[in-house]
Amino acid sequence: MRNMSAASPVEVEPDLSPDEITVLSTPWVTIVWNDPVNLMSYVTYVFQKYFGYDRKKAEKLMLEVHNDGKSVVSSGTREEMERDVQAMHEYGLWATLSRQE
Amino acid sequence: MSAFTRHRRSGRVIANFTGFEADLLRSLASQLVELLRNEEAAPQPADSLEALMDFSGPTAEPDDPVLARLFPTAYRDDADAAAEFRRFTEASLRDGKAAAACTIIDGLEEAGLPPQLDEEGLMIDVELDRETAEIWMRSFTDIRLALATRLGVEEGDEGYWESLPDNDPSKQAHDIYEWVGYLQETLIRALG
Repeated sequence: MRNMSAASPVEVEPDLSPDEITVLSTPWVTIVWNDPVNLMSYVTYVFQKYFGYDRKKAEKLMLEVHNDGKSVVSSGTREEMERDVQAMHEYGLWATLSRQE
Repeated sequence: MSAFTRHRRSGRVIANFTGFEADLLRSLASQLVELLRNEEAAPQPADSLEALMDFSGPTAEPDDPVLARLFPTAYRDDADAAAEFRRFTEASLRDGKAAAACTIIDGLEEAGLPPQLDEEGLMIDVELDRETAEIWMRSFTDIRLALATRLGVEEGDEGYWESLPDNDPSKQAHDIYEWVGYLQETLIRALG
């Protein structure tokens, strides 16, 4: 329990590790799912073009989609993820958003 | 077979289609536009005043499997959030995809494809700036998704399609699907 009389203007919440703070500030993710239609080169192109990822990262994510059936391609606020999912649908990719696990 | 390449000096993306190919591409793009516009993105029957006053998009997944694939459900485990998302996005996604398909149709016609193809030996040379080429690339995806959904294309089913006799209509449709995939692949390479 906190000692109110000892409160000072510079007091910070001491119980959160940097990792936990990251989770709290970015609790949503965009997931792209594998489908039998989209070309590997196209999926890579979209990840580079829309997210601004370099070729290496875009290919890694594309291969995750291809081999594992899905990949987390971005994270952020719920509003940001809704924008990303809408953009993926514009490109014809099968995308969903959910809370980060 | 026609393919896209990048013109070395201008940087523009070019392709030469036979009249038959250009006509086929226009027909596919037109069918997509028709599907997107006819199967209206109508809101569900309203029961509350709030719903009655709401003129925005639909909340339920489309009945047509092609449209369901073009506008997937954005939340897997939250039907309310999925409906809200659809209401705010589906109409503009539809418009965007229809406009992209129209860009293909307009591009082919501006390049000389007549409304009715009856001339033998006609060649259609298209020349696209980068932005337009990306719109074509995106619309090729929609066309391929539509064809694949109608055909029931699945992962690793190439052998099945090859085993069908050449006069089987679904084999012919699958050949067209493969052709659009080839065009898209060369377009991506030309843009890369």
